[in-house]
Amino acid sequence: MRDHAAVLFELREVGVERGGRAVLDSFSASIPEGSTAIVGPSGVGKSTLLRLLNRLADPDRGEIAYRGRSITAYEPLALRREVSLVPQLPALLDGTVESNLRYAAELAREGLDVEATLARAGLDPSFADRDVSQLSVGEQQRAMLARALAQRPTVLLLDEPTSALDHAARDRIEAALAELRREQEVSIVLVSHEPEQARRLGDQVVEMPA
Amino acid sequence: MSASIHVALWQVAASLVLVALAAAISFWQRADLERDILVATGRSIVQLTLVGYAIKLIFDADTIWLVLLLLAVMVFFGAITARHRAAKVPDSFGPLLIALALAGASTLGLVVALGIFDPTPRYLVPVGGMVIGNAMTASAVALNRLGDEMADARARIEATLALGATAREAAAPTVRRALRSGMIALVDSTKTTGLIFFPGTMVGMLLAGASPTDAVRLQLILLYTLLGSVSISALTATLLAYRHFFTPAAQLREL
Repeated sequence: MRDHAAVLFELREVGVERGGRAVLDSFSASIPEGSTAIVGPSGVGKSTLLRLLNRLADPDRGEIAYRGRSITAYEPLALRREVSLVPQLPALLDGTVESNLRYAAELAREGLDVEATLARAGLDPSFADRDVSQLSVGEQQRAMLARALAQRPTVLLLDEPTSALDHAARDRIEAALAELRREQEVSIVLVSHEPEQARRLGDQVVEMPA
Repeated sequence: MSASIHVALWQVAASLVLVALAAAISFWQRADLERDILVATGRSIVQLTLVGYAIKLIFDADTIWLVLLLLAVMVFFGAITARHRAAKVPDSFGPLLIALALAGASTLGLVVALGIFDPTPRYLVPVGGMVIGNAMTASAVALNRLGDEMADARARIEATLALGATAREAAAPTVRRALRSGMIALVDSTKTTGLIFFPGTMVGMLLAGASPTDAVRLQLILLYTLLGSVSISALTATLLAYRHFFTPAAQLREL
């Protein structure tokens, strides 16, 4: 059991509606520091939940606290640099992998060691000069992870980071995440529809009701 | 600047032969445009005749206030017309109205302040009409593109917001492309002017008996004035309108 100080996110009776349909309905959960996997079938609002945690969206009902304070008390842009979301579909900016990393680092006003950041995401240094349009989906996923790491976030929100990848690409991303977990500098909240993956990567597993 | 010419009604009527030719081609090739051609011809006769009388009234009154009233009406209806092209942009009327008003006021103010044109109805009415008309087209094209791009680039914009970028930073590539779209048509036509086509003012002046030198000089002034107004209107409209896609907390609105 973790103490209160170790709780990252506390969600109380959170509800979200889109187009008159409940995407999340009175959802409550406690997400501690470390690595948490959120599992559940498609369409239960896992991606929506992640978007709530760095305020890309706000709930219609309920409350979300981050490190004991209401999430709305944080300045949204500063919160997003600290709690970084890597979306399910890669969406890099035009240019090279390095230019994407530099863009993210400059937004967070962080210095950047390109090689070290690429390595943390499981990419070798040759990727720095690669144009993002020339990357496979798996490489783009890892470039997205590297871009998020370039901001030195304290929390990483990962939305299905290995979806639509072959086994080899999935293993490389999982290895990179396992290494991040060992470093223990970054807490990870990961959404997955695979219970096996959730168990491999999560210290704690939160199941979302169907 | 030029000797005036008289155009008789029978000459206008004779030019309708070419309208009949257009309708015949449409009918022959089943383009289904005969009705539109008829409506367009009818509207052009009615609208231009009414505008002709309005301009005559304003010229005869010779007061700046009537000119300003006419330009304000043009800005208002221009914004309404452009709004239909910008259907995917929420609440686009406000940005369009401000864009057209600013483009018209700044470019006309500048050409008068520089002494290029006298602040009289004879110059301000036709130049103002061209300035506002081109500004309307440019801002409508720019916002049309903005609406399409914001929908297409939604994932990328949200991924950029997720890094802590401001709405402006996240939308910057989209705004840039929208602005380019609004300006590119006039920039391209300015590049090819005189080579591929003769612009309307020059043709009008030559037909009215002006010297080619005067016709060319006036045409250049108008092209550069229009470039200014098109840039200002497209820039203003896109910079004001992109904000409507975001909440104050820099979230993409659900549309």
